[in-house]
Amino acid sequence: MTRVVITGLGVVAPNGVGVPAFSTAIKNGLSGIMHDPLLERLQFSCQIAGTPAISEDLKRQYFTDLELRGFNSTGILYGVIAGMQAWADAELPIDASSEPDWDSGTVFGSGTSGIDKFRESIYKVDDLQTRRLGSTVVAQTMNSGVSAYLGGKLGLGNQVTTNSSACATGTEAILMAYDRIRSGRAKRMVAGSTGDSGPYIWAGFDALRVCSSQYNEHPQQGARPMSATAGGFVPGSGAGALLLEDLESALSRGVKIYAELLGGQVNSGGQRGMGSMTAPNSDAVQRCIIDALKNAGISAMDIDAINGHLTATAKDALEIENWTKALERNGKNFPYINSLKGLIGHCLSAAGSIESVATVLQLYEGFLFGNSNCNDLHPDIAALIDPLKVPLKTTYLRPNIVAKASFGFGDVNACLIFKKFNN
Amino acid sequence: MNREELIDALRPIIAPYTANDDAFGSLSEDTDFIHDLQINSANLVDIVLDIEEKFDIVIDNPDMERMLNVKAAIDIIESKLQMK
Repeated sequence: MTRVVITGLGVVAPNGVGVPAFSTAIKNGLSGIMHDPLLERLQFSCQIAGTPAISEDLKRQYFTDLELRGFNSTGILYGVIAGMQAWADAELPIDASSEPDWDSGTVFGSGTSGIDKFRESIYKVDDLQTRRLGSTVVAQTMNSGVSAYLGGKLGLGNQVTTNSSACATGTEAILMAYDRIRSGRAKRMVAGSTGDSGPYIWAGFDALRVCSSQYNEHPQQGARPMSATAGGFVPGSGAGALLLEDLESALSRGVKIYAELLGGQVNSGGQRGMGSMTAPNSDAVQRCIIDALKNAGISAMDIDAINGHLTATAKDALEIENWTKALERNGKNFPYINSLKGLIGHCLSAAGSIESVATVLQLYEGFLFGNSNCNDLHPDIAALIDPLKVPLKTTYLRPNIVAKASFGFGDVNACLIFKKFNN
Repeated sequence: MNREELIDALRPIIAPYTANDDAFGSLSEDTDFIHDLQINSANLVDIVLDIEEKFDIVIDNPDMERMLNVKAAIDIIESKLQMK
């Protein structure tokens, strides 16, 4: 069967836009969490957040002046930039007068697209101004807005779609794209996901009291995955993108190969047992990990490191327990594990793709980034695994295989197995 | 405003939506928005909104549907201005 490799990366993260800046940031523990004056004004309990910095100049590199008229969708902005970065990184051409590229497509997930544009439109509609909405409200607010914009800019002629599975969205998108290439129906897929910024996307989580509220004066300490003093996640936003390619196509083009995607799995706990809309069914989580190993054709002992979901809520210890059971490894025998959310917060629908970009960079550059704000490892976690398996500083350990998992509302799970590329 | 002046007033409104610079350079009453200027048909909605704002008029749906070229646009604007 076709092997699937990664030949391009793109990322728009709170702590770095573009692969070089992001790579530097995660290796050096640079936080993207800042105080958010709007959240303070709106009296959120969590007044810190991770929002990528996008200059007007950068916008104009990816969007025409016409597209930017009345443009108000951060999710599409981030997703298009990340997707086009991955395409360019893979040295693929853009020719506005060419035929569609029938062999290339995209699965680009989102939680909701263009919530600020949606809000703007709702105010106009209620003010009896529907006829004055302009022509782009549909494209900016439809869930598939991001894949639709990308499809046009890149001339994609294969499948162009958007998936949505809460915080597992990005990880699921990558597996969907993998399946399409694996089954021979596409040669290249832009796989990724995006997440809007701002109070209207984050409010529901603040209302659930699952966000970090004790660090408003110390934003960079607010995101504390696996820490004894973790008190909820910091909301984040951005986009990540991977150019997945049929190995033969990548070799014939002679481009760099970042890593190989061996396989993965998505499943659901059916909201049965301990599972619910908001809580995971541990049996399903473990089964997802075990099946991902099986699909990738590796054993649990082959895993050198895990990039966890690990949001900094009370569920972190349960996630670690699920890993120990699924891999049948604990204590000193447990793989290294890290969470990017200590640096960028929880980017929700974008989390899986941004964190997968970090995972692939770890394999390509031979490092494991350190866990931020985790000097006080949670005792329930220390009881399961050797604290040395939760590195606090970046180490250059040259991992060979890294597992990446994401879990989302609706009791949905996704797990990917990435491997350093050796032909 | 005479018809020449109306064309001049339309130029900056149409410019951002135009994909064909040559046709835009020789803009005349005979110029067709979609065929000559290669304007995306969805953007005709935005052009109508911009015209309404510029001339402080309201263009109803039937008028909008026949506003496919510069001549029709000028006819519609002229008649609306006269009704003011």
